[in-house]
Amino acid sequence: MKAHTAADAPHGHYFVPQPSLYPFILSAGVFTLALGFAQLINHFAAGKWFMLAGTAIILYVLFGWFGKVIAESQGGAYRDWEDRSFRYGMIWFIATEVMFFAAFFGALFYVRVISVPELGNMTAAHGTSLWPNFTGDWPTSGPKGPQFTPMGAWGIPAVNTALLLSSGATVTWAHWALLRNNRTHLNLGLAATVLLGSIFLCLQAWEYHHAYTELGLTMGAGAYGATFFMLTGFHGFHVTLGTIMLIVILLRCLKGHFDAERHFAFEGVAWYWHFVDVVWLLLFVFVYWV
Amino acid sequence: MSIATTVHGEHPAEHYPGGLLRWLTTTNHKDIGTMYLLFSLVMFFVGGLMILLVRAELFQPGLQLMKPEFFNQLIGVHALVMIFAALMPAATGFANWMIPLMIGAPDMALPRLNNWGFWLLPPAATLLTLPFVLALFGVGDGAIATGWTFYAPLSVQGGLGVDFAILAVHILGISSIMGSINIIVTIFNMRAPGMTMMKLPLFAWGWLITAFLLIATLPVLAGAVTMLLTDRHFGTHFFDAAGGGDPILFQHLFWFFGHPEVYILLLPVWGLMPHVLATFSRKPTYGYTAQVYGFIAIGLLSVIVWAHHFFTVGMPVPALIYFMFSTMAISVPLAVLFFCWIATMWKGSMTFETPMLFAVGFIVLFGIAGLTGLVLADVAADAQYHHSYFVVAHFHYALFAGGIMGVMTGVYYWLPKWTGHMYSERLGKLHFWLTVVSFNLTFIPQFFLGLAGMPRRIPDYALQFAEFNAISTVGAFILGISQLLFAWNIWSCVRGGPKAEARAWEGAEGLEWELSSPPPHHSWETQPVVK
Repeated sequence: MKAHTAADAPHGHYFVPQPSLYPFILSAGVFTLALGFAQLINHFAAGKWFMLAGTAIILYVLFGWFGKVIAESQGGAYRDWEDRSFRYGMIWFIATEVMFFAAFFGALFYVRVISVPELGNMTAAHGTSLWPNFTGDWPTSGPKGPQFTPMGAWGIPAVNTALLLSSGATVTWAHWALLRNNRTHLNLGLAATVLLGSIFLCLQAWEYHHAYTELGLTMGAGAYGATFFMLTGFHGFHVTLGTIMLIVILLRCLKGHFDAERHFAFEGVAWYWHFVDVVWLLLFVFVYWV
Repeated sequence: MSIATTVHGEHPAEHYPGGLLRWLTTTNHKDIGTMYLLFSLVMFFVGGLMILLVRAELFQPGLQLMKPEFFNQLIGVHALVMIFAALMPAATGFANWMIPLMIGAPDMALPRLNNWGFWLLPPAATLLTLPFVLALFGVGDGAIATGWTFYAPLSVQGGLGVDFAILAVHILGISSIMGSINIIVTIFNMRAPGMTMMKLPLFAWGWLITAFLLIATLPVLAGAVTMLLTDRHFGTHFFDAAGGGDPILFQHLFWFFGHPEVYILLLPVWGLMPHVLATFSRKPTYGYTAQVYGFIAIGLLSVIVWAHHFFTVGMPVPALIYFMFSTMAISVPLAVLFFCWIATMWKGSMTFETPMLFAVGFIVLFGIAGLTGLVLADVAADAQYHHSYFVVAHFHYALFAGGIMGVMTGVYYWLPKWTGHMYSERLGKLHFWLTVVSFNLTFIPQFFLGLAGMPRRIPDYALQFAEFNAISTVGAFILGISQLLFAWNIWSCVRGGPKAEARAWEGAEGLEWELSSPPPHHSWETQPVVK
């Protein structure tokens, strides 16, 4: 925990932004989106239009707000003091993401270690069971679930693991290049990372198609299907976000933004990318492999 | 927008929007704090109104005023409103107003994010309560009727109110996480030179631990309600034994958040108590270091005790014993805090202005919450008390006497600083005594009802519970109406009143009292140096 900063010498002036309407509009967008989603899942026709409008508002704010932040950054408004705020903020934001995935991993471990074995052990423990033929072995879709084939680890998932690990290396390559002012390698490294992330997403989509059409592995396939799609789905969503963020950083690099001293946005996105990488390794081990 | 002048350390050109636009666009921690506090006050009355309807129904046995379905909606939304829309925003409002003043910061570290954190609250509150209105127009069957805990399978089967509540919880979660990140960054990065972590005001320490707890647990709640949503609409079987899932999994996930949530609500109050007690005892806080470690210990313990909320659900005995003893272990650091509060007053030159009355009332009544909590933490005894009115009484001693009376302590203590005026001491004291007496009138009978076996969350009851329920309802209505005095006192104080000095209270210490009352719009632009 870096708590040393305040005892430093006086900081001078902290950049407090002028009033801005973006946060309020963003909230309006989130509200519209949520209202639309609530309607959609309850079969109201207007739902998708609300969602469309909400998404449009959110996109408008993302462009406007981040555009403003980039302009402030390029204008020299942020110095070490502000930079540290962003860094701490990003670290604790990633901490919340870790806990979000922890909930789904917790669910996975709970069903694998507690609820499924217990359902299989009812006859031995209580002398009677609703489902005497259910053995409680993993993977399972439960006593009443549909037939399915679990996803093997050593096909696409293994390839995906290699892709993401390589992308962690390429983003580090880009970072080193940035620190040494080698813009060509910086751009190449970032482009390679974006490419690897995109291939990962394509393979993941192909895997889902395979699961649904050939393996009978759906979200409805009991505890296995639920945890499989929730964990890999949210991970894939985060890879998508990370890839979009990397593309933005790549475009900024191409425009000549960032230098060896001042590049929080680059590092924040790189941290996020490594986080997504670590989550995947846990997924590979606990969802696909063991 | 003049970045250049800002960079050169000059004052940026002041052209702030006025009227409504000022509040929609503000990046000022004081404006945002004010919005949080006003929102909290409004929602306090909304949540209060709901529970007065409940108490009115419970005045007599039998069903008089409403259908059980509507009763179920009221109790759940009352809790969600009071926790997420009244208590938490009040604490965040305190943090916004006071932490930058206390630590000598020019503002919160991330001001625009701060504004977003607030403006997510009204949409969330709207989503939560909208199903009540939709039901009036024949759409859906009303708000969430599962109680605030969303237990599966009831919540999997519930109507559209559950969906609205799930989405509201998501948005409230984003808001709280943005607020927490901002507070952590502010405390770590914005302290005045010389203010080391062990010179940090205890209020900031309390909030720091709160913010860590929010970051650790709110995402888990978000995950839990997301699984609920997919179980409801996308065919998953997380909480369905037929698919290998388990409804009890939901309880584990929910209370992994739900128990720390209690401390999330209480730690900001425990942080502000020493300030008030020291001020009106006119002596320094006793045991600063012990209190800091007490906060940290309670924060750590709070995330490993969750299953004591469902001892009766059927757990292996070793698990029961573990959760019983770890829960009881919390009483050790909590007792340290109680000791420090009392020792701060010991041999002090005490006076009893309204904040001090609330603080002392808090110590006594919150003590009852702690002691009844020990009873509930006992696995063997809990089998009788579980899901009874004893639990209801216990957590209202914790969250009304501990949480809301703590917030009132802070409001009276800091109102002169915020508004520049003194509130009416006479009305404040009247408010205190009415609140304390009617609060006990409401909830002491509920301990007895629970001991006698009255279950919670049921709109009707057996005849032998009639007298205590009648007393409790009378108490609740006095309690509710007394709060109008609170609102009136705040309103009058904002409008006018005797001028408050910079150091509004004789014994008050800290950077926040060095600034004028009210402080200038931009305070601590040049940071003070703490020796």
